Amino acid sequence: MNQTEHIQTLTEIRNLMERSSRFLSLSGLSGVSVGVCACIGFFVLKFYWNLPLFSKDTLPFNELEYRPFVIFILTDAFVVLLSAIIFAIYFTHRKAKKTGMALWDKSAHRLVINLAIPLFAGGIFSFVMYWHHIANLIPAVTLIFYGMALLNASKYTLHDIRALGIGEIILGLIASFIVGYGLLFWFIGFGILHIIYGVIMYFKYER
Amino acid sequence: MKDLLDSLDKAFESRVRLGIMAILMVNEQVDFNQLKELLDVTDGNLASHLKQLEASSYIIVNKKFVGRKPNTTYAATTEGKEAFHNHLNAIEKLIKK
Repeated sequence: MNQTEHIQTLTEIRNLMERSSRFLSLSGLSGVSVGVCACIGFFVLKFYWNLPLFSKDTLPFNELEYRPFVIFILTDAFVVLLSAIIFAIYFTHRKAKKTGMALWDKSAHRLVINLAIPLFAGGIFSFVMYWHHIANLIPAVTLIFYGMALLNASKYTLHDIRALGIGEIILGLIASFIVGYGLLFWFIGFGILHIIYGVIMYFKYER
Repeated sequence: MKDLLDSLDKAFESRVRLGIMAILMVNEQVDFNQLKELLDVTDGNLASHLKQLEASSYIIVNKKFVGRKPNTTYAATTEGKEAFHNHLNAIEKLIKK
């Protein structure tokens, strides 16, 4: 065996190790589409209720007369989540097909589970905060838990997702000090950050 | 040079066996079908390579049942992991020469 053959062997080994332990088909366009869905959800919420963007007023979660607002925000969030998941799966499926990899293999399975555990914890904790009438911290908590979920998931997919996770955590921590700008922080965290991350990933891996 | 070539493990002469070991280094347990998919080899080919690795006690085989279906998983032994590391080191040295 000569030099180049040895180098080729090493490259093959590394490739197999990566491919068998990490889910690499995650598309940058998935990130962009998730961000766009979040932005649309944000604009619907903002303009339907005519909410101020830069105001110290907290989102009116807890007042009883604002029950319709709470129902609206939950429905809005649910539609955003659902469409984001559908688009994310679509673009990831497209990339997997292009590179000839399976969409739902063991690595995808591991990625989803490890992403879901902190997310569920965050969701339940947000409900508990609403329950205890400290709902004005919910935007911060959702961002922090989402960041933790991404950080956790980064071990099972493209390593770069770690940076996005850290970004969300920092943003969440800032939001927890400046209570009242929750809507704005949601917009930056779930909308803008996703789009920036997705564009960077797209140009890094898919062009 | 001769010493270096001797330190290359005979068990890893085949691309498939080296590939199996690489996958088992980063996954606790892998089943037959996953290996087949990742390495893109036939059943018979993969089975014979797995037998050889098992014979040199580099991997252990676990047979269990999922419902009624038999499910065989494979894992690397400490001995196998060491051998893999040594083999990679040997290749690296050869490249540096």
